[in-house]
Amino acid sequence: MIYTAGPATGNEILIDGWELVVGLEVHVELATATKLFSASANRFGDDPNTNIDPVTLGLPGALPVLNRHAVELAMRIGTALNCTIQRSTFHRKNYFYPDMPKAYQISQYDQPLNVDGFLALPDATLIGIERAHLEEDTGKSTHVGGNGGRIHGSTYSLIDFNRAGVPLVEIVSRPDLRTSEQARQYVTELRGILIAIGASDAKMEEGSMRCDANVSVHRPGEPFGTRCEIKNVNSIRSLGRAIEYEARRQIDMIEAGETVRQETRHWDETDSRTHTLRVKEDADDYRYFLEPDLVPLAPSAEWIKAIADAMPMLPGARRARLGVATGFPADGEAIMVVVERGQDDYVLAVGAAGGDVGRALVHVKEAFAEASATPKLPAGDLAALTTLEVAGLLTATQAKTVLAEIVAAGGGDATAIARARGFEAMDTSALEAMVDQVIADNGPAWAKYRNGEDKALGALVGAAMKASNGKADGKFVTALLQSKRT
Amino acid sequence: MTARTASEIAAGVRSGTLAAAEVLEQHLDRIAAREGEVHAFNLVMTDQARRDAAAVDAAVAAGHDPGPLAGVPLALKDNMCTRGIETTCSSKILEGWKPPYDATVVTRLAAAGAVVVGKTNLDEFAMGSSTENSAFGPTRNPLDITRVPGGSSGGSAAAVAAGFASVSLGSDTGGSIRQPAALCGVVGVKPTYGYVSRYGLVAFASSLDQIGPFTNTVHDAALLLDVIGGHDPMDSTSIPDQHPSLLDAIRRDVVGLRVGRITDLPDGADPDVTERLEAAFDALREAGAKIVDVQVPAFGYGLTAYYLIAPSEASSNLARYDGVRYGLRVERPDTNAMYSATRAAGFGDEVKRRIMLGTYALSAGYYDAYYGKALKVRRLIADDFDRAYEHADVLLTPTAPTVAFPFGSKTDNPLAMYLCDVYTIPTNLAGHPGMSVPFGTGQHGLPVGVQVLAATLGEPTMFRAAAALERAMS
Repeated sequence: MIYTAGPATGNEILIDGWELVVGLEVHVELATATKLFSASANRFGDDPNTNIDPVTLGLPGALPVLNRHAVELAMRIGTALNCTIQRSTFHRKNYFYPDMPKAYQISQYDQPLNVDGFLALPDATLIGIERAHLEEDTGKSTHVGGNGGRIHGSTYSLIDFNRAGVPLVEIVSRPDLRTSEQARQYVTELRGILIAIGASDAKMEEGSMRCDANVSVHRPGEPFGTRCEIKNVNSIRSLGRAIEYEARRQIDMIEAGETVRQETRHWDETDSRTHTLRVKEDADDYRYFLEPDLVPLAPSAEWIKAIADAMPMLPGARRARLGVATGFPADGEAIMVVVERGQDDYVLAVGAAGGDVGRALVHVKEAFAEASATPKLPAGDLAALTTLEVAGLLTATQAKTVLAEIVAAGGGDATAIARARGFEAMDTSALEAMVDQVIADNGPAWAKYRNGEDKALGALVGAAMKASNGKADGKFVTALLQSKRT
Repeated sequence: MTARTASEIAAGVRSGTLAAAEVLEQHLDRIAAREGEVHAFNLVMTDQARRDAAAVDAAVAAGHDPGPLAGVPLALKDNMCTRGIETTCSSKILEGWKPPYDATVVTRLAAAGAVVVGKTNLDEFAMGSSTENSAFGPTRNPLDITRVPGGSSGGSAAAVAAGFASVSLGSDTGGSIRQPAALCGVVGVKPTYGYVSRYGLVAFASSLDQIGPFTNTVHDAALLLDVIGGHDPMDSTSIPDQHPSLLDAIRRDVVGLRVGRITDLPDGADPDVTERLEAAFDALREAGAKIVDVQVPAFGYGLTAYYLIAPSEASSNLARYDGVRYGLRVERPDTNAMYSATRAAGFGDEVKRRIMLGTYALSAGYYDAYYGKALKVRRLIADDFDRAYEHADVLLTPTAPTVAFPFGSKTDNPLAMYLCDVYTIPTNLAGHPGMSVPFGTGQHGLPVGVQVLAATLGEPTMFRAAAALERAMS
């Protein structure tokens, strides 16, 4: 796949003739054992200020030492996002804030580790990745008293430095997203990739994945509009809502003859609006300069190759593989869900055990919704079940019942269970006769249904299922009733 | 009793013929007698030093070797972290702060059997050339207490010159070891950048700072550097290679050594200083060295570049002193006011001047004209030195333009003070090693230092030349 810079095409959805342009900056905390520049534990949820050391606290004389594992995970991210991994340097970003121990953040500036990549959305739209660079996280401030947890006007502030120095990768997309739905898909897909490669647990609710959105609107064919950066978006759902709100706000302003100001805005979940945080003129001068306490980070070609060779199959490729195996659409719900849960290998294992992969896909999607990983059930047991189903010996409904029993027992012989329950699929002529009998017995309901009252269908299907003692396939019964209406 | 060198003390203590406790008491006696007028120390660690000396003696008695610095009384510049012991950088903003960890050099010294007698005074955060910028009062030159000892490591230089410690450590960002060594008549070495770990050295300008020794002899300096030098995984800029022993290097003579004279060196050295430099060239020629002329055209731009680069880094390094986590805090109703009040009260004038200079030089719109240009000059200086070292193995220059000057004579004119380091600064910018060797006296009978410079990791050659100069004076 080759990414060519430029707006995505084919997905434009105009809002009153305006095109939305979105770029995302996603920060992810890397799943390392220790911090980016020191040996303190990188662990969420510990007692405040227990994972600290002279480097974390920015004590005088302490020096940073780069965590090799963090670099590896950052390189994995670059590889997964089709980036060029290059010689990179660290800079100091200087600003005062109480939870910033050194009064500067060590980050990558004009020479980031990963550049010029792309991410493919499930529908194959390519979204450009400008860069994915390493940096350290800050501590966490809790402002007590005053209004709304802001430092201004608070009575006092508590600082937890456990998070200070935790390794982050900031992934900056190009402004290639055109709808809020694409933005949601982008973050969902990115999250799946990060989890698949073991780079991060990417939990937005715990803050290990944080997302800022740059939003602007313009008329197609005209230059991009002035953008606003939206912060404090804490879920994928909020991301979509915040973008939609912000787009509407900007369109309304422009249509009212006002000018959009470049500014940073805060998404407020309680009133579902964005609010001005700071305007561009107030922006800090970060006085970036090369971090003299670190040397350039220049991964060797061998190291880059070793990372690439060790890459697991990514979600997009796994969806395509499952699509080919099952005949289901690769970006359809069943495959999306099963791959996101990491159950695709299991579905394929059912196929390898002689089962039907299509039926296996549907069963796994529905029966293992609770599981986040591979079902515990032996693949052979599910394979046997799908075989009975495909042979017409079990209806889909019966198969579901049998599977529930097998799952509850942690395994079992589908044939034996079906027999024990007296399940045997009715043949088509017997079923048709039974449906005719149901129509005859339920004259008023049948009349209503024929007169166009669709909801009467449910009662007829229910009566047929009851008459068959649950042996009939509900879908087939429905189809029969529908065909007899006309 | 006559002053012994560190090498003699360590040899005596290791062989059991000399007690570390006895050596320590002799130094403590001298401190008791003269520290009141010299003020070399921010802290004299009498009790801990006595415990450490006793432990060294006990180790020897038990048949263990305490190490190559066994029982050597040593003073540390008060910008090196010592676990549980106040480390102030001679600043009110760090007064009372006790680090929870030891600098790597402190750990290595302890492992070698050295006995730390105290933490020495300095210009606040190592910014100055006279030790007059200390928040705790100036150090006086033991050779003439009406004059400065130089700086910023004035306390460490004075401690060795006064016999308060056999050796000491300082830090050198633009000349802060070599210049006070020259003014106090002792040996002072600024090693190659990355030769000695900076872990636990409170940063002034991180790309320039380097720890090095003050000693009475070139041999002692080699001994000390062999102990504190070498790779440290805690300092990413520490050189990974193993360093050759300098004690071995100084046994070699200088026959055939190419000694460079910089013909385009900036003017400004007093005649008594240039006279001693000429004598040094003569001495090395007599010892068999060849004197060659070289040019380092960008040498003269060093001072200007330095006063952009060092303050820029300092403005960032010193931003952490904000009253939030440690050190001084001046309470105010809101955070920004607390920052301002704390920093206004905690920093002295010179530190504030450099923070402002550096903040300005790094600011958007000024970066390219100031900091960016200074970095280019820095590259130019390094390139010029590299060309000079194609023709010479070492270079000789004055260490400082003058002998020790009277108190207050330069405090009203920062530029005059900055010129004290005109000959030392280019070495720091290039990352090269340099050392000052006492080579006789000038005006008022005060010591003059000659500076020996070498290329990156040229310490063995630099020490050979320094040892030859020392022999010529004995």
